[in-house]
Amino acid sequence: MSTAALQTHGLGKRYGRRWALRNCTLSIPVGSVVGLVGPNGAGKTTLLHLAVGLLSPSAGSIEALGEPVGSDPRHLTNVGFVAQDTPLYPTLSVAEHLRLGESLNPGWDRELAGERIGRLGLDPSQRAGQLSGGQKAQLALTLAICKRPELLVLDEPVASLDPLARREFLQDLMEVATEYEVSVVLSSHLVGELERVCDHLVLLAAGNVALSGHVEELLASHRRLTGARRDPERLPASQEVIEASHTDRQSTLLVRTSEPIHDPSWAVEEVGVEDLVLAYMGRTSDPQQARPQLSAVRR
Amino acid sequence: MIEFQLDARSGVAPYLQLVQQVRHALRLGLLQEGDQLPTVKEVVGGLAINPNTVLKAYRELEHAGLVAARPGVGTFVTATLSDESLAAHAPLRRELQRWLLKARKAGLDDESIEALFKDTFRAAALEVVA
Amino acid sequence: MRWLAARQFRVQAAVGFGALLAVAVLMLVTGLHLRDLYDADCKAHVCSGGAERFVTKYHVLRALLGLGVLATPLLIGLFWGAPLIARELESGTFRLAWTQSVARTSWLAAKLTLVGLASVLVAGLYSLMFTWCVSPIESVAQERFNLGAFDEHGIVAIGYAAFAFALGVLAGAITRRTLVAMGITVLVFVGVRLGMSLGVREHLMSPVKKGYALTATPELGFLASPSGVIPVAGAPRLANAWTLSSEIVDKAGDAVPEATLHEFVSAHCPRVASPPSPAGGAGARTASPPARNEFDSCVSLLSTQYHEVVYYQPANRYWTFQALEMAIFLVLGALLAGGGFWWVRRRLT
Repeated sequence: MSTAALQTHGLGKRYGRRWALRNCTLSIPVGSVVGLVGPNGAGKTTLLHLAVGLLSPSAGSIEALGEPVGSDPRHLTNVGFVAQDTPLYPTLSVAEHLRLGESLNPGWDRELAGERIGRLGLDPSQRAGQLSGGQKAQLALTLAICKRPELLVLDEPVASLDPLARREFLQDLMEVATEYEVSVVLSSHLVGELERVCDHLVLLAAGNVALSGHVEELLASHRRLTGARRDPERLPASQEVIEASHTDRQSTLLVRTSEPIHDPSWAVEEVGVEDLVLAYMGRTSDPQQARPQLSAVRR
Repeated sequence: MIEFQLDARSGVAPYLQLVQQVRHALRLGLLQEGDQLPTVKEVVGGLAINPNTVLKAYRELEHAGLVAARPGVGTFVTATLSDESLAAHAPLRRELQRWLLKARKAGLDDESIEALFKDTFRAAALEVVA
Repeated sequence: MRWLAARQFRVQAAVGFGALLAVAVLMLVTGLHLRDLYDADCKAHVCSGGAERFVTKYHVLRALLGLGVLATPLLIGLFWGAPLIARELESGTFRLAWTQSVARTSWLAAKLTLVGLASVLVAGLYSLMFTWCVSPIESVAQERFNLGAFDEHGIVAIGYAAFAFALGVLAGAITRRTLVAMGITVLVFVGVRLGMSLGVREHLMSPVKKGYALTATPELGFLASPSGVIPVAGAPRLANAWTLSSEIVDKAGDAVPEATLHEFVSAHCPRVASPPSPAGGAGARTASPPARNEFDSCVSLLSTQYHEVVYYQPANRYWTFQALEMAIFLVLGALLAGGGFWWVRRRLT
């Protein structure tokens, strides 16, 4: 059994009386690209900060690459982090940021850094404060990747970028992840973009894990059923209703099931990732419904 | 060397789109025996998709006997589609034309024909996946 | 980490040391000139034309330079201390700095060491150069142990700077806002310094008590008090010592109430005791109505019963006091710095 890239047990973080994250149990295999989605305030940043040691848990535990997350410098070497809004030192130049990386990280790959800066067209003498949003993101990614981590964590890295810069960033990120065999966890509140990049998905809503698993298996196990109006309770037990909407004549249900659906009175369709996420998000915000977690679907 | 495109809205899974594009290129003769497919890294860098998607597509092509992976070197075309599939095209086309005539005689309009075809096609594809 | 700490400190260091250099040049020129003046006018701490005249040379410049010595620790706390952690917390760059392969405590240790050492260096150099510069004046005025002058001379500024710096750093870590931390630094620093100068310092060692005959005290005068006219003795001038207080005591050594003094004066020197004109005001010495020799004989009579007692810290304790105060502030600074470490390690998560 290989070590999980990220593993949490009942992880929780509390600020005063408010739990920003609660009961979070996840296991993310090495080599995955994980999309962490959810509305603003759902706890994504909290989870990521716990993963890189900027926060410490109020409850439960978290391990990255088999080691408990703490401020142990040896662990920090293995995890690269790009924080939200890509913080950089505005008065330090690009070259000085690389120097920062080199002096603070024993595993720094200077050749890779130089090659990336050249390929990305960044001027080494330009101050970070004068870079465009896309360039800042690229520099921050360079800093994170050139220490040769095994796990890369990114908090909404493309949120403030224009579509072209976004696409270029994701292309670059995927190339890097492929070439250096890095596990990636990135968060976004835009699901559509993550869809093509991620093979695992974790949905947080109101501090809880609403959905998590391998994208393909999630898509294979959910269907949209359209047919004559009926009571969702009457469906067989193997079909769990995630979302239901009704008109006077018609019912549309989103169900989770592991078996093919043979009932001819339903028109059966696949569900896209975005609709799936929306359905689960809508579900946890409905106080009437119970909140079972769809547990991690292991390969 | 071919270049891949992805249509996010087509409803077809990304890996399948890649497979189809390779098959299409083979059929048209754009890819010949011995040609190298783009590396996983190149595809991923060009399309911003997950490397596993590319790996899955290439595995399926390998399974179909169309390509072969050489570790450390790349993935290469080992067969073409032109011969075998072109031969099958003509009779299939004729069958299809007969079916279309039948459908029109039964009173189906263009949209109904398309819907019937798409539905049946998807159901058949699902049965393969599920 | 040393490189990053130095690179981030670059501009502040340039400003601080640049200013110090400019002031140093000024003090060098002034100090040399004062020495020339001294050599021309004075010998063995006595000046022709009187001490007063010499001592006022360059007094505005000296006051300003001295003010600079006082201000430097506070400026260090505000501009080197408060932003050290607070700026990183405000701008979010701590999320970059703390996720490299260096532990937070190493990060903080490198920054604290570099800037802390720079702080005490700047403050120490300034204060020692100032001491050198004004020492000709000081050797004549002999006031270095007094309140105000004590803080500007010698080595205490080193302690103040370390304290102010650590205070700024800790305030910044806790409040996460540079400006708020600056405000807190000012308030706490000024409060502690005043508390030390006005309250604690004189008690660091028990004051020495010395008796003087009333006839020997040069500044004895008669004052109209609410109880009537009483003698008041100013303390004799003790060179380079710190006079704390003085009072008139009886033969047993107990303090004499004003009423008793007035009774004595009324009984034995009625001419002196006659109240001055109502417009005389508090503190006016009754000069004209009684003649000089009546005044003197009153003092002789008083000195048969009473004498003056002065509480002071002797001159030879000057460096002990400097060292004690510097040490106290250094310890305070170290405690605050330790608090900073604890806060960054444990509480900023």
